[in-house]
Amino acid sequence: MAKVLIVDDMASMRKMVAFTLESVGHEVTSAEDGDVALEIGKKDSFDLVITDVNMPNMDGITLTKSLRELAAFKFTPILLLTTEAGKDKKMEGKAAGATGWLVKPFDPDKLLSTIKRVLG
Amino acid sequence: MSIDLEQFKEIFFEESFEGLDAMETCLLQMEGGNDDLEIVNTVFRAAHSIKGGSATFSFTAVASFTHVMEGLLDDMREGNRAADQEVVNILLQSVDLLRELLTTIREGGDVDESEVSDLKEALQVLRGGEGAQAVPEKEVEAASEKRDIEEWEISFSPDEDLLQTGNDPALLFRELAMLGELSLTYDASRLPDFEAMDAELAYLQWKMTLKGCSDKAAIEEIFEWVEDECDLEITAVQPDRRAEDRREGDRRLTSRRTGSRREKDPQKSKAAAASSSIRVGTDRIDTLIDLVGELVITQSMLSQLGEDFSMDKLENLKTGLGQLSRNSRQLQESVMSVRMQPISFAFNRFPRMVHDLSQKLGKIVRLETTGEDTEMDKTVMEKINDPLVHLVRNSMDHGLETPEERRAAGKPEEGVVHLSASHQGGNIVVEITDDGRGLNRDKILSKAIERGLVQEEDDIPDQQIYNLVFLAGFSTADSLSDVSGRGVGMDVVRRNIESLGGSVVVRSTPGKGSIFTITLPLTLAILDGQLINIKGQTMVLPLGSIIESLIVDKTQLNAMAGESEVYSLRDEYIPIIRLSEVFDLSDQQDDLRTALLVVVESGQDKVCFVVDDLLAQQQVVIKSMESNFCKVGGVSGATILGDGNVSLIIDVNDTIRLAKELGMEHLQAQQEQGNAKYKQARKMLEVTG
Repeated sequence: MAKVLIVDDMASMRKMVAFTLESVGHEVTSAEDGDVALEIGKKDSFDLVITDVNMPNMDGITLTKSLRELAAFKFTPILLLTTEAGKDKKMEGKAAGATGWLVKPFDPDKLLSTIKRVLG
Repeated sequence: MSIDLEQFKEIFFEESFEGLDAMETCLLQMEGGNDDLEIVNTVFRAAHSIKGGSATFSFTAVASFTHVMEGLLDDMREGNRAADQEVVNILLQSVDLLRELLTTIREGGDVDESEVSDLKEALQVLRGGEGAQAVPEKEVEAASEKRDIEEWEISFSPDEDLLQTGNDPALLFRELAMLGELSLTYDASRLPDFEAMDAELAYLQWKMTLKGCSDKAAIEEIFEWVEDECDLEITAVQPDRRAEDRREGDRRLTSRRTGSRREKDPQKSKAAAASSSIRVGTDRIDTLIDLVGELVITQSMLSQLGEDFSMDKLENLKTGLGQLSRNSRQLQESVMSVRMQPISFAFNRFPRMVHDLSQKLGKIVRLETTGEDTEMDKTVMEKINDPLVHLVRNSMDHGLETPEERRAAGKPEEGVVHLSASHQGGNIVVEITDDGRGLNRDKILSKAIERGLVQEEDDIPDQQIYNLVFLAGFSTADSLSDVSGRGVGMDVVRRNIESLGGSVVVRSTPGKGSIFTITLPLTLAILDGQLINIKGQTMVLPLGSIIESLIVDKTQLNAMAGESEVYSLRDEYIPIIRLSEVFDLSDQQDDLRTALLVVVESGQDKVCFVVDDLLAQQQVVIKSMESNFCKVGGVSGATILGDGNVSLIIDVNDTIRLAKELGMEHLQAQQEQGNAKYKQARKMLEVTG
């Protein structure tokens, strides 16, 4: 099963994603903003990163950029958890190195089916 | 599989309310001229998070409202709109509305759509009507693209650096294969010589045929993340001419449906029963766990001792019991500290209130707070909120003058309301200070005389006159306003505070302002008590209010001003109150010469209580009189003693009041009523005890 890092400043969202992933056996680490996530990323490697975009301190886009610079995250799938329906933000994320995005409203079944695309 | 997210709703609500509080604080800062981008960002983030979460839980009204709000905030973030008064006001209104909506949903109620759409419209008008598109539109569009086509040809040529973003073509194909029957051929024409090959780049291209899938959107979705990093063509094998019509029709239908949908919570009753929760620092929990650990050790030691006990182990038993009592006291203190919260929780609502109210009243008011870190019991805090609100409103409405009046009085136009909190002994003291006109002594006095509360010839010190405002049916405002002053206010404030075992007094200086001082106990549940005996009744005196206890030196007994007795103690004359008389426990007068005196203090009053005997000092658990019987004068509650008997806890402040009333003939009737109630209470206790 995969090791997943989930980053979101809303505890409810963090917990829901973690709960969903753990319920199918993944191992989840949580961080409440980009700064914290980057520190975790420097010490540990993951099979998947799911991050919110709008966060205090370091946002999800900057986090994606910073993680991509770490050798351990060069090919790691990074998904942005976003409410943006528009393309602009998504493309900004992609330019920063994000693999793809998960559009809120958060739906557990959707999450599980979507991450198959990057975890196999 | 189905995953139930119901359990996360409560976290979402709490988080959202915190977010709304933060938004409000930031908006008020913006109004104060602070245009720091981080402040706008914080507001934006809060709205954004609420939008995301509420969409997850299908709180459609909240989600669509925050979406519009977010648009306006985004304009501000981009620097396209300044945070002027109009914008801040409408955003503050939005915060209120969201708070209301979330509360309604949390309690399982129905959302008032009209109110939502009114404010939403106002936000859209403010934005100039542009970009006011509803949230679900996008999903609707994607979902409606169903066709009668069964077969697709897909050509996929990824950019070389596709792998660098973590995407893997093989996984995409696997997902495609789940939609239908997939056959694929690769084209290796781009593949360089082996030496020139970089393993981190993608060179292959593919052509695919997918049979048995009617949903183009589903195919597009799979390639959604990579469409900017590849050349992708999806062509239908049988084109459908009616596609456009269908799509329009679908969208209209669906958006109408979303518009009229009402939020319904299938588990209404469950939501309504949501219990209140408290956030506790992990260090406090850790301390608790440590203490429980120690308790377990003590317990095992004692039970070992008990297995083969002999008298020579008595010393060990005593040590063990001593340890047990220390453990339980520490445990109790820690558990109490879990309920403690900084008073900033209560203070935080005031900046907003002051802002709104000063606009309404046409006054310029600055709010200052100190001692926000002072911690108090959560229950006390919840109950002190209303009295605090009332006092602040009162200070702003009656205390502070209009800018014109202030200028005329030589004061700065801006009035100041100061909220402060601090620990003083076993109490928490909260003060509301204003630098307004002060209370009107003559007006209060004439009103009090008119109401028969005092006699014209009574010589009452000014500070006592001011405190008459706390009596029932008192309002000196010439005309009633909707802000304060219906004449029930101050009386209710006092009663609320007293029901918490606290007290409230006012000090005032004409032209300089007033200070309302609320004194509250640290906690409501447990009290350090001194057991006393009065005519065979065991009662409890709060230890915190006792200054000293003494045996009467009869040379120091004096009768002053006719009836009332005083005791002279170190150059101070302290009035003597016979508790047996106040509580009507005996017809016989105490013989003061053989009695014990307990000097107690409450607020500014210092008095001696006459008691027959001092018994043990112990902690007592307070049981409310109101919830078990009814409010009884002079008594703050009851407790059960170690021997199983019920004992009443003396409310020092109220007892002094009763004694004073006892001394005032015109209030005799009221007193008798109080006594009757007390007798009734005692009778009941005799029955149950």
